[in-house]
Amino acid sequence: MRRPTKEEGLWLVPLIIVLLLWEFIAGYVIKNPLILPRFSAVIFSVYALREVLILDVLVSLFHFCIGLALAFAVALPLAIAMGWFRSVFKAIDPIIEIIRPIPPLAWIPLAIVWIGLNHYAAGFIIFIGAFFPILIDSYTGFRDVPKVLVETGNVLGCIGNIKLIRYVALPYALPSVATGTRVGMGVGWMCVVAAEMFGVGNSGLGYRLFQKFYFLHQMDYVVAYMLILGLLALILDRVFRYFVEDKLFRWKKGIVK
Amino acid sequence: MNHKLELRNVTKTFSTEEGEMMALEDVNIEVKPNEFLCIIGPSGCGKTTLLRMIAGLDYPSSGEIILDGKEVKGPSPDRGMVFQEFSLFQWRTVIKNVTFGLEIMEVDKQEQYKIAERYIELVGLTGFENRYPHELSGGMKQRVAIARALATDPAILLMDEPFGSVDAQTRNILQEELLEIWKRTKKTVLFVTHSVDEAVYLADRVAVMSARPSRIIECMDIGISRPRKRTSIEANAIRERLLMLLGSAPKIT
Repeated sequence: MRRPTKEEGLWLVPLIIVLLLWEFIAGYVIKNPLILPRFSAVIFSVYALREVLILDVLVSLFHFCIGLALAFAVALPLAIAMGWFRSVFKAIDPIIEIIRPIPPLAWIPLAIVWIGLNHYAAGFIIFIGAFFPILIDSYTGFRDVPKVLVETGNVLGCIGNIKLIRYVALPYALPSVATGTRVGMGVGWMCVVAAEMFGVGNSGLGYRLFQKFYFLHQMDYVVAYMLILGLLALILDRVFRYFVEDKLFRWKKGIVK
Repeated sequence: MNHKLELRNVTKTFSTEEGEMMALEDVNIEVKPNEFLCIIGPSGCGKTTLLRMIAGLDYPSSGEIILDGKEVKGPSPDRGMVFQEFSLFQWRTVIKNVTFGLEIMEVDKQEQYKIAERYIELVGLTGFENRYPHELSGGMKQRVAIARALATDPAILLMDEPFGSVDAQTRNILQEELLEIWKRTKKTVLFVTHSVDEAVYLADRVAVMSARPSRIIECMDIGISRPRKRTSIEANAIRERLLMLLGSAPKIT
């Protein structure tokens, strides 16, 4: 029998080992903070940077929110149309599949030309990154609505596309929409650094990391910001899972996992 | 007009790669109000197609389906349907599944719950109102499906092998419960099954279908008084006749 209580806190052990190794290797083997700053130095940097850090986090979250909100607002209606109507899927899918493999970073020149050097240009890059995962997982959800549920709806008077989408397809597909959104959030967050790198403003985690710390060769600051980027993504994901997956999809418990 | 439901020369053809295929040929059935009619036949004979056409989910190639004097033109809540596969809305609780049809009909919220509560009680699921489908057993899921089909007060209840995917013991219990529900609601029931035993236990009348192209080869009155015993001599005699009609009974000579 598995005893889940034993596993609690298990993740701490490898984490502490990795941090100790890092501290030791950086301090006694490499001995060059330009190549690998010590963990303790990085922690101290976070403290030293606390004031700009808060501003940078807020600016980056702002870019992220623009991109994600836009991606969700465009992807969801398109996903409903593509998932529910076969003809729409057949008509649009080739276009999607051509644009999808283009890396979000390749859009940077167009973003600058179209939108200019401002927050919205950064938001646009994040939008490109988040859009496709949301779209694809969502339309899969709408496409896979079991026929028997549609027919059950029909027999109970739920007739016509609008009613069927509202009462049957949408609730059925919501977990897929959530999964897509989660993946899209991940990809979107990865685009934050790149989106800010090209100088849309003079703050933001990516901007600071690349334009300031890297040029100043302050690797302890760079690594501090890297850790913050990772940590924030983790928090965003956990918050999303807590509010969306655990609360909204109580009915799914026991079906997946 | 003393027929609840009437099928007149209903024919269904499917187009396949090899051309037109006749699935149902000239099916004529008359169902009386409050009657429990079972349709049996070999698998693939089009029993389900027949039921789907009555539900309005499929259309006859020719012929008419008339319910309460009006031709069936599409799906509508006046024909409740219970499917063979589990068809609950898994994101809705038991009670919200039962209120689904009422919600679509925009019945007053409180009224919805009152009605749903009544049917949940009828299928013996009081206390499970706020459970989600994944928390229920197969038999309970089909009970919810029955309550949901009844909640909109349909003129006829169509059941497509509803107990096909539950175990034998649960199946017997569900059959008894269904008869009780039928007695209390006085619904007309059309029940498709491939089980001769089930038909003999449940039905007032059994319509026997042949293999493709299917037609009704006989409509047989069961004529055993209720409550029935599954193993009575009369039941066995009828069972044997039905099996003979289906072509699978051992020849006795």
